[in-house]
Amino acid sequence: MKTAMKLLLASLSFAVVSAFASGGAEVHLDSAPINLKDTASLQRGAKTFINYCLNCHNAQFMRYSHLTQIGLTEQQIKDNLLFTTDKFGDTMVSALDPADAKDWFGGVPPDLTLSARVRGSDWLYTYLRGFYRDDASTTGWNNTVFKNVAMPHVLHDLQGTQAMGKVGEKRGHDGKMEPVMKLGLDRAGSMSPGDYDRTIADLVNYMTYMAEPARAQRTQLGVLVLFFLAIAFFVTLWLKHEYWKDVK
Amino acid sequence: MSNAPKPAIAPPYPGFIGNAIVWIDARFPLVQLYKTQVGEYYAPKNFNIWYYFGALATLILVMQIVTGIFLTMNYKPDAKFAFASVEYIMRDVSWGWLIRYMHSTGASMFFLVVYLHMMRGLMYGSYRKPRELLWIFGCMIYLALMAEAFFGYLLPWGQMSYWGAQVIINLFGAIPVIGEDLAVWIRGDFSISDATLNRFFAFHVIALPLVLLGLVAAHLVALHEVGSNNPDGIEINKNPDPNTGTPRDGIPFHPYYTVKDTFGVVVFLGVFTAIVFFAPEMGGYFLEAPNFIQADPLKTPEHIAPVWYFTPFYAMLRAVPSMFGSQFPGVAVMGAATLILFTLPWLDRGKVKSVRYRGPIYKRFLTAFVISFIILGYLGVVPTTVWGQLSKSLPLIGGADVATIVARVLTVVYFAFFFLMPWYTKVDKEKPEPERVTF
Repeated sequence: MKTAMKLLLASLSFAVVSAFASGGAEVHLDSAPINLKDTASLQRGAKTFINYCLNCHNAQFMRYSHLTQIGLTEQQIKDNLLFTTDKFGDTMVSALDPADAKDWFGGVPPDLTLSARVRGSDWLYTYLRGFYRDDASTTGWNNTVFKNVAMPHVLHDLQGTQAMGKVGEKRGHDGKMEPVMKLGLDRAGSMSPGDYDRTIADLVNYMTYMAEPARAQRTQLGVLVLFFLAIAFFVTLWLKHEYWKDVK
Repeated sequence: MSNAPKPAIAPPYPGFIGNAIVWIDARFPLVQLYKTQVGEYYAPKNFNIWYYFGALATLILVMQIVTGIFLTMNYKPDAKFAFASVEYIMRDVSWGWLIRYMHSTGASMFFLVVYLHMMRGLMYGSYRKPRELLWIFGCMIYLALMAEAFFGYLLPWGQMSYWGAQVIINLFGAIPVIGEDLAVWIRGDFSISDATLNRFFAFHVIALPLVLLGLVAAHLVALHEVGSNNPDGIEINKNPDPNTGTPRDGIPFHPYYTVKDTFGVVVFLGVFTAIVFFAPEMGGYFLEAPNFIQADPLKTPEHIAPVWYFTPFYAMLRAVPSMFGSQFPGVAVMGAATLILFTLPWLDRGKVKSVRYRGPIYKRFLTAFVISFIILGYLGVVPTTVWGQLSKSLPLIGGADVATIVARVLTVVYFAFFFLMPWYTKVDKEKPEPERVTF
């Protein structure tokens, strides 16, 4: 009986450990520098998003009018960001016809409103910096976190062209030598690598905001609520002690 | 002399309020109800932390109903608009995000609290005579709650909603003879569609809440009829005060337990609001990432897992090998795992109720049962390949997934807790119960 208990306990701790270890084992994701209070970064991200992503993708649950939340005025949005519609309250819908998309890309590009919640900000940040030339693929591009992705590298004029090259060898799990591959910049783009990373950081920051516009308000309010409950904790505890004094 | 019956109880307040109470009391047993159910309902004074969860479950039930009502004001049960309407609630409805997160977090917390409440019942023998019906009503609430959660989970119309429902409804399809027709009857269509969404909406917002409320009322009536159990598992009614006739170890529910439960509510809300405001997705356990993609009948997600509160049973389902090309044995085991709870009052042959006075064998079985349930819950979340495969050279089970073998063993442990109970509770060396509660 005791041995059975020990076995059970051992497998329980095993379960707990592997619960924390699971996920994220395959590809290393770079941590996206998210700051939802940085409105300048959110505005730059919105601009990149609308200028590049929105050509093919929708963000059909996001209204242009919500961009006032990140510090833009109605006039600024109307003047600089409304391309596919003239209605301030409209949602962000691409001009790309879904039927054309099927012809050109073999499928409709996914809606991006919630992609930061589906994939995570770190995934997006790594993905958008992980395109490299691959002549074997249909688009001529491949990606480090999304193998054989259907999307071409839309931002290559900014980033330049990356290539996957062998930088050395290391011993694998089975004892055989495996090549160590690393991304390198083959041809420079219009931005320096640092500027490109910052542009993507702004874009991912914006996409994180767009996936849940209430997030900043949520955490702000949460602090107040917990503060109130902390006071209520002591008041109700004291009340309980006062009433229970006569229970013997 | 007037024929009107005199109020059974003198009005507690003078003046207008007192007169109003007398007026109502002549027509409706207001004072009597208050006294028997609250003011003079005697509860044992030795309740510990495990006794908060009943009140907390009631709180969550009310919260789910209220937030649910507000959600229905903007939600559209239509396969074309459901997903968008949820995002509309999250973005365009004033405080919609808060209401939605309270509802989604409330669902998971409901199960957490109910599991702890059931654990309390197990530990202190609260299902034993005379509380068998109380326990059975509780088990029925648990089943109704699982149905309520299952129907509700389809409504956001995300990928996990769709494919999770697909998997669970297909389980009914595995039942021999009537299975296929039964699955069509549940879906209202040959696959999950707008018709399914509409009927699940009806079940989720009307049918099951009515059932739940009725069962909760029955649960409370039964509780107040027999009185609460306590951590010592002894009956406080057997020890009345000779002067007043009330239990010597009992205290009126109000004010003692109302103030105590208020404190419990504040602590619970601390945890609850921390999740709502800082981690509403709870690392993908309360809101799963694939559910932020609209349901697509043509694209199966890589890994379909039910929400965490169903996973112990899901792990059992996967652990049972299919026979004659049918998944039915697994479905039967899964069903039996929930239904077997109903038989508990008649399986237990122990003389004492509380784990405090039980013998060592019972304690080990209970611990093994709880640990199996938790590990099965974990295994139901992850793919069966999570712990790799056994060496091919092993006889019989060689090459099988380690997790599947572990799940099989734990399923046996789960059922052994029940099937062997008549034996081990009888032969176990129990300690004598005290005369009065320990306080």
